[in-house]
Amino acid sequence: MSTVETTDQEFLLGLGEQVLALVRPGEQMEVAVSSGHSTSVKVYGGEVESYTSADSSGAGIRIIADGREGFASAGTLDLDILSALVEDARQNAAFAEHDEHAGIAEPDGWEVVELDTWRSEVLAITAEERIARAIDLESRVLGGHPAISGVRTASYSDSAGASALVSTAGIRAANRSTGVSAMVQALAVDGDRSQTGFGWHGGRAPADVDMDHIVERAVSRATELIGAVKPDSATVELVLDPHLSATILGLTAGTLGGDRIVKKRSPFVGRDGQTIASPLLNMVDDPTDPLSLAAESTDGEGLATRPVPLVTNGVLDGFVWDSYNARKAGVASTGSAQRGTRGLPTPGVHALSVAGGDGGSLEDLIASVDLGIFVFSLAGLHSGVNAISGDFSVGVEGRMIRSGALAEPISECTLGSTLQRLLLDITSVGSDRTHLASGVATPSMIISGVRLSGS
Amino acid sequence: MAQLVAEGLVAELLSAGRAAGAEFVEVFVEDVERRSVNLDDRRIENLVSSRDRGAGIRALVGERIGFAHTSNLAQESLLEAVATATAAAVGGDEPIGGHAAEGVDSDVTGVQKIAIPPADVDAATKVALVRSADEAARAVDEAITQVSARYAETRRQIQIANSDGVRSHDDQTRTLFSVTAIASGDTGQQTGSETVGLSVGFELFDSNDVKDLARKAAERALIKVNARPAPSGSMTVVIGPGSGGVLFHEACGHGLEADLVNKGASAFAGKVGEKVASELVTIIDDGTMPDEWGRYAVDDEGRPAARNVLIENGVLKDYMWDGLRARAAGRVSSGNGRRQSYRHLPMVRMTNTYLAAGDQTPEEIIGGVDHGVYVARLGGGQVNTASGDFVFGMTEAYMIEDGRITDPIREGQLIGNGPKVLQMIDAVGNDFEMGPPGTCGKDGQGVPVGDGVPTLRVTELTIGGTTT
Repeated sequence: MSTVETTDQEFLLGLGEQVLALVRPGEQMEVAVSSGHSTSVKVYGGEVESYTSADSSGAGIRIIADGREGFASAGTLDLDILSALVEDARQNAAFAEHDEHAGIAEPDGWEVVELDTWRSEVLAITAEERIARAIDLESRVLGGHPAISGVRTASYSDSAGASALVSTAGIRAANRSTGVSAMVQALAVDGDRSQTGFGWHGGRAPADVDMDHIVERAVSRATELIGAVKPDSATVELVLDPHLSATILGLTAGTLGGDRIVKKRSPFVGRDGQTIASPLLNMVDDPTDPLSLAAESTDGEGLATRPVPLVTNGVLDGFVWDSYNARKAGVASTGSAQRGTRGLPTPGVHALSVAGGDGGSLEDLIASVDLGIFVFSLAGLHSGVNAISGDFSVGVEGRMIRSGALAEPISECTLGSTLQRLLLDITSVGSDRTHLASGVATPSMIISGVRLSGS
Repeated sequence: MAQLVAEGLVAELLSAGRAAGAEFVEVFVEDVERRSVNLDDRRIENLVSSRDRGAGIRALVGERIGFAHTSNLAQESLLEAVATATAAAVGGDEPIGGHAAEGVDSDVTGVQKIAIPPADVDAATKVALVRSADEAARAVDEAITQVSARYAETRRQIQIANSDGVRSHDDQTRTLFSVTAIASGDTGQQTGSETVGLSVGFELFDSNDVKDLARKAAERALIKVNARPAPSGSMTVVIGPGSGGVLFHEACGHGLEADLVNKGASAFAGKVGEKVASELVTIIDDGTMPDEWGRYAVDDEGRPAARNVLIENGVLKDYMWDGLRARAAGRVSSGNGRRQSYRHLPMVRMTNTYLAAGDQTPEEIIGGVDHGVYVARLGGGQVNTASGDFVFGMTEAYMIEDGRITDPIREGQLIGNGPKVLQMIDAVGNDFEMGPPGTCGKDGQGVPVGDGVPTLRVTELTIGGTTT
């Protein structure tokens, strides 16, 4: 199949309808299909290391019969295999447990906001262009600073894909999008060890990729850590640039899924309507924002996405819901189901958008801090943040801030707090709100009173 | 063993790639079936199954790799993938041509004895298994408020053929069971987990009672409810047998992968033959360990799995190698070429990585500590392979006071530097155990791995807790 054919939404919708025709009386069925093409080049030492060209496709079928849910998936669009999948899903449903709330999404009347997430120029990128961009990226990083000793990988990737979802409830949704990204990992010699700096950016089209940003970030992150020391333990203020703000607020957003609320696995269960953060914090999930690279017009169950208020002046507005958990909680879906074709939907924040404040630029924030850390990276987020209790203990790298000025680089130390405490202790929000390539839009911010453990 | 792609067609694909200018061509074919049963909140939430079948074609010209894959195993589609991969490898360069590797085994066929193929066991039996774990965990204490349990099975058949003459097959079955309990108490909600997974069939449950696993998970959660917050600062740390292996996998193992070494992204580059660790330290990567989670007969480049001594009595002996890095270095692969699926290129990966047993008893090791921390169970972590810096979560830990294990502590992280820790190990126990099954992530690819350690003592590590 050619790229044009496989990213044809009508083709995918038609295929979905063919599978949907296999439904039996008394069953609900939902068919998700996707297809795409991606190309990636990795370079090393000015030469191509690998050049990968990949077509991928997948299908996931969910059947609910008598309140029992079964799911089956495969990495193909072969109609014979999809027919066998229907039978797999049916068998799986037979052994699941009855749940009165089980079911697919019912159309809820929200209007779909059409989003233009497709850039046909991605299909015209040539192999030579990809290779030239990756080699240029590598050489710019190598020449970016005398201390840069090497580049572990430089890569340039682009993709085009489409997906469709059809169901017996009358849902018929399709999306298609393109993406381009570049990545580099720089190495800087630091005595008998090395420091690494990671740079990444992406967009919908080649022109969206900010190569200067990638080079600057990889070089500065690797070289500014040279000579990093283990700091003394202290209570400090953290200065977070938009990337790190997105990390902390993204962890918070991750605890606001309706499934976690129903199962009481979030520190914010029952806190809606209450103050959970500094009054400076305002955030919303807005997948309809065309400037967000995570923008999607429909969710993982085919419902229209919509802006969902999360926190207003520090007060928790509510949670994000898919249809199953919403039914269980007695509320309505917020169009926030997330899924790949190969998995079941779960509620989540798609495109976190945090309002800017009046704290000025990142430099202004740093200048306002007496004793703090300008954070480069946080490590161990997976093991160190308890999304149920909110306990927070992570490794940190960055530079100390002393009397408003950047001082020595630090590593081998940790920050300890709770998510709840971090949100309440936001003392300044920058006016530099930025749309990140991850799809999140955030400003810089300062969090006070955080425990730093070092020597 | 059944051929996924017929021998005649494989030969045609390899010749097509060579004729188009590739010095080396490889056909990797894979067929994977997965099934899982998931219970949460007293309810069997769902049964999930998946099928994946496809082929990845790798072509090599000089050091340039072209790669293409397809989920369609028909002749036309495979030939198209060969053409795409070869064109990408050839690029604008003149093909160098004329190449043959030495010392390559051909016709390796993996044998894994599976007593009870999981696919032959009916779904009702699997459902009953997760349900019994739920009940057993809840029966431990009223404070256990939530339980989730998961059963999962995978069968992965692979076929590898290349223009050097390799014709290998393997058939890999893995079965896993995990249970997580949540206890509620004064410190809020705390979780405890237990996982068992081996490269065996449904006979996994002949030697592992899921009710015992569930009770252990529940007890772990209860211990944390009654634990005090972890302290902060540098102290002596004793790591218990089993799960601590993940520390050596992450903080040392990755630095011994030849691809990272070659790019200078390893703290161990250029140190073969040098003393890099305490003489008590011997670290081995062994893909041949029977039944272990990270075992296989044949790696994803068709090479037999091997037992490779990486560090022996503190001296760095060798790195781990895949075919590509071995070819460049003029040696043979160590059987560590692995990939997540036919959609991915192989690279150097670990299998079962462990620190070998010493001769001290755990009591002697703990008895020698006045004030420190005992880590009974280490959780997930993160490591920077270039600097060796790591962070790991402690999922079950206790204070050591006057040579005795005392109060449980919770929510602390261990932070340190891999190469430094290797130098600071001053005691190694005689109680070796493998830890729970793991999935190792590298450059976006996940593969099943095992790891293990005996009780061992590190003279100084930083604990990042929430109190001083």
